Amino acid sequence: MGPRTVPAVPNPAAPPIPAGLERWQLLELYRYLRLTRTLEERLTALYRQSKVIGGLFRSLGQEGESVASAYALERGRHQDILSPLIRNLGSMLVMGAQPIEILRQYMAKADSPTHGRELNVHFNDLEKGYLGQISHLGDMVPVMAGIALTFKMRGERRVGLVYVGDGATSTGTFHEGLNFAAVQRLPLVVIGEFNGYAYSTPPTKQFAVRDLAEKAKGYGIPAVTVDGNDVLAVYGATKHAVDRARQGKGVHFIEVKTFRRKGHAEHDDQHYVPKEEIERWARTNDPIDRFTATLLDHAWAEPAELTRLDGQVKDEVDQATDACVDEPLPAPDTALPGVFVEPATAERLWFRSL
Amino acid sequence: MAEITFLEALKQGLWEEMERDERVFILGEDVGAYGGAFKVTEGFQQRFGEARVIDTPIAEAAIVGAAAGAAHMGMRPVAEMQFIDFISCAYDMLTNYVATARYRAGLSTPMVVRGPCGGYVRGGPFHSQNPEAAFFHTPGLKIVYPATARDAKGLIKSAIRDEDPVLYLEHKWLYRRIKESLPEGEEILTPIGQARLAREGQDLSIITYGATVWKSLEAADQLAREDGVSVEILDLRSLVPMDDAAIVATVRKTGKVLIVHEDTRTGGLAGEITARINEQAFAWLDGPIMRVTAHDVPIPYAPTLEDFVLPQTDDIVKAARWLAKY
Repeated sequence: MGPRTVPAVPNPAAPPIPAGLERWQLLELYRYLRLTRTLEERLTALYRQSKVIGGLFRSLGQEGESVASAYALERGRHQDILSPLIRNLGSMLVMGAQPIEILRQYMAKADSPTHGRELNVHFNDLEKGYLGQISHLGDMVPVMAGIALTFKMRGERRVGLVYVGDGATSTGTFHEGLNFAAVQRLPLVVIGEFNGYAYSTPPTKQFAVRDLAEKAKGYGIPAVTVDGNDVLAVYGATKHAVDRARQGKGVHFIEVKTFRRKGHAEHDDQHYVPKEEIERWARTNDPIDRFTATLLDHAWAEPAELTRLDGQVKDEVDQATDACVDEPLPAPDTALPGVFVEPATAERLWFRSL
Repeated sequence: MAEITFLEALKQGLWEEMERDERVFILGEDVGAYGGAFKVTEGFQQRFGEARVIDTPIAEAAIVGAAAGAAHMGMRPVAEMQFIDFISCAYDMLTNYVATARYRAGLSTPMVVRGPCGGYVRGGPFHSQNPEAAFFHTPGLKIVYPATARDAKGLIKSAIRDEDPVLYLEHKWLYRRIKESLPEGEEILTPIGQARLAREGQDLSIITYGATVWKSLEAADQLAREDGVSVEILDLRSLVPMDDAAIVATVRKTGKVLIVHEDTRTGGLAGEITARINEQAFAWLDGPIMRVTAHDVPIPYAPTLEDFVLPQTDDIVKAARWLAKY
């Protein structure tokens, strides 16, 4: 999708598009949203067939902020770099991760980006601009500060973006990394995701401020709270922060208010969440439904265009699934190489040769 | 050819690498304007600027994490822990993030974490530690521990050039006590993974590293003088990877092994070295593998207590004497 393949205005009476976006970009945003959800639905099916080896983590209900925030970055080879969390699949797709890579990761295939060594979205492509997380929450904040430090040292006009969940703002590494980045005035944007639950723990048991954005005061950095399920609002806030960081004005914190409509992982029955609350968010505040309504209400897209994109996305996910679902797992002895460059391989233990 | 101290040799190595490769930079607490708590980086900020010699907040996890991020991007960070005791504040970052990066995700993380370690200096529980055992267990981290001025220089240079993360442990008791003449103009690069034969002998092998190399040398002189016992001393200097071939060679030569380290006994490296000898050279042993280590207590402050807790030259003499007679 690009500017040449989408007519600029389907309806001359449509109001102007905000945040400097063009119509083809709105459709592209829509496609990434739909791709995220469709791909996760496919993963759910594969999980139920026991083809996903480990846990399955859904971003249902918060796809909007992942896609919109990543979309505000410069993308392409050696541009901006983000670090996604388990529920930021959408951000990785925006940066160029391929559905087949995600499918292979979840199914621990030999040809997955980590060759079966790591799970789910824990992988990276620094050229495309994403650095997968580790499970220790908060750790990516110092690491992304180091990446932003490199941009600054080299005089490159590039920006880092790192996601943290509401729970992760309780960690020491979050604090240390953010403080370091703020002191160094690094080109780093931090997206704080207020999604209601850290596993089962609500924010009231996590911190004593009401909004995550209040925490930014302690670091001397600007912060804003936005409706995380309003795609254009998240895009606008992130674009502002990214532009500012690119101009050398330092770290910016964006709190996105959203809601995790699934459990921590697929096994989690969410008994700690009121059912009505999940239903209410699903019915009235789904980011994709809202964005679709925005596109149609403002005549920025026609229903047929969106239906066509839905079909393309489904085909893409179908093809990716078919291409990899029967692939083999890694050969056992590929577990040994690659801890170091030198020595190139770990020792095969003696009892395996008996 | 003037004699230089261990500390000066380390400083020279760092300086030369900063001059040679603009990707090398230093970050840590008080490393810039102040020149580091032990003055290892004195004069560096004046020469290389604030951008390459970065004074950080008191935040070891951020220091190590930021170094890792920069290393992924092709930089060659050298992170200083003001005292190595504080490396435990970055334990998560080192063991979970840095050590696993290449294996789990193909990420290159060429970085050095260095800092003053060790006792015999009345530093008390939090300025005397030897942290190697805590990291030795984690696949993915190289660990070097020089004992000589030459290796202080040669190993910091090799560590900076290594493609993988390296913990560089520098014993503060050696900083100004050890002196050596190093030829000017010679590029000194100590290979990581090779032990050094510090003394040749026939009757008994001492396997050691760090400050206890020097205490073992003193002991060996005494044993030669008083007992006519010929002691061989192997200075490991690289703990990961460990030079198994050199260990096996000395075991085969003498048949008796005393492992000496300053770190506490339980879970210390001596146990692992013992196991390797057991697996690889059992048939060559003429006696039990014995250990001389610190006692299993935190390092106390009072001289009487610290001297009791840490292994001393006299302990090595007595242990070696016992083993020689076995």
